[in-house]
Amino acid sequence: MSNGTFEPRLVGFLCNWCSYTGADLAGTARMVYAPNIRIIRVMCSGRVDPQFVLKAFREGADGVLISGCHPGDCHYQEGNYKALRRHRLLSKMLEQFGIEKERFRLEWVSASEGTKFQLVCNEFTEQIRKLGPLNLHQNGGRHEQGQA
Amino acid sequence: MSKAKPKVAFYWCSSCGGCEESIVDLAEDILKVVAAVDIVFWPVALDFKKKDVEAMPDKSIAVSFINGGIRMSEQEEMAHLLRRKSQLVVAHGACAHLGGIPGLANFWNKDTIFRKVYQTTVSTDNPGKIVPQEKSVVDGYELTLPRFWDTVHPLNDVIDVDYFLPGCAPHRDLIINAVTAILEGKLPPKGSVLAPNKSCCEDCDRNDTKPEKLTIKEIKRPHEVLLDPEKCFLAQGVICMGPATRSGCGERCIEGNMPCRGCMGPTDQVYDQGAKFLSAFASILDTNDEKEIERIVSTIVDPAGTFYRFSLPSSILKRKRMEAVK
Repeated sequence: MSNGTFEPRLVGFLCNWCSYTGADLAGTARMVYAPNIRIIRVMCSGRVDPQFVLKAFREGADGVLISGCHPGDCHYQEGNYKALRRHRLLSKMLEQFGIEKERFRLEWVSASEGTKFQLVCNEFTEQIRKLGPLNLHQNGGRHEQGQA
Repeated sequence: MSKAKPKVAFYWCSSCGGCEESIVDLAEDILKVVAAVDIVFWPVALDFKKKDVEAMPDKSIAVSFINGGIRMSEQEEMAHLLRRKSQLVVAHGACAHLGGIPGLANFWNKDTIFRKVYQTTVSTDNPGKIVPQEKSVVDGYELTLPRFWDTVHPLNDVIDVDYFLPGCAPHRDLIINAVTAILEGKLPPKGSVLAPNKSCCEDCDRNDTKPEKLTIKEIKRPHEVLLDPEKCFLAQGVICMGPATRSGCGERCIEGNMPCRGCMGPTDQVYDQGAKFLSAFASILDTNDEKEIERIVSTIVDPAGTFYRFSLPSSILKRKRMEAVK
């Protein structure tokens, strides 16, 4: 796939209480934003197991977004802080795997911030478009060994 | 030797020899094993050749214990041969089970490994930049070597594996239990890991010293601190893989006052040991301040190599992204 026709595939894990509602607001308000993100609703950004993020990358995502309530606003008190700590540590580890930290984003989007969600999706899509495809789905597969 | 004795084979692939040692370490119990079975192939100890295995009827070996990861074509070939000749195949040890320490080479590829090993280490003197070739001609004879792959694989990436015997090396009790279960035909479901399905912490003698709410402000490496011989390592700020690691190892590292490094792999409920440990470890960092989180994270020297010390080839990502290896 040449970069000219590359459409980034993004996966977004959105918390039920703030960010998913924010995304819903962007939709009901008919805000136009890049259609590249596939949204998965989770109860809390703290529910996002790092295995989910790795699996998304492994299965073809070029970028992964985790979005939750602003600090201090978590429905479960501190799930978003856990997400923040995991994001910083996982970002560092992903770089060791050759996955640029720009491909893994954490954003706070409240239920009333439809415009912020619109902005994040547009920005993230353009950022990944510049970085190009990740092509991880066959990485480390048996095809690399030159075997039949 | 009675004809009714089951036939057993041992083979090693990309490994250190420690798993072979784990068989010898059965000490007097090995005599019981030897009395109960016929060892028909064991390159490290007995002089049988590949052609001897090829000459055996298919499925004539009751069980093959294969240790080591699969990093070269020869190892894959032998794995296929033993699979064909065996009723059961057991992945013996962390490398066959998960990829193991040699699997950390998945942060590089063939070219970068060859460059390092045959050209750039300080002790290397190789002005002709000669590296091993799969084929070379010497005095008119063509010589061949196995193909060295870019990626190390766990055994079950190349053949169907019946059971996994975890650990680096597996604890003698696990080996004895496995052999006994096989001999008595009391086997768990195919694909089982032959060790308890609970975390290392559950069996750890130091578990009582783990505080109710475990938190870490400063991360210390084992050489930077005088380790308390009785206190939970995480409570001392030292990275210990225990929470994300299967028990059954006999806690030999803990007894030696060293934290768990994760050789037993994850429990059945977890797919990716490194990611799961990262998740648990990040949540006990004792701060909600972004800058402070980043500071603590910056003091973890090698998260990928630490969290995936034994399990990189069997993890979700399996290796470093090929395009990013330089």
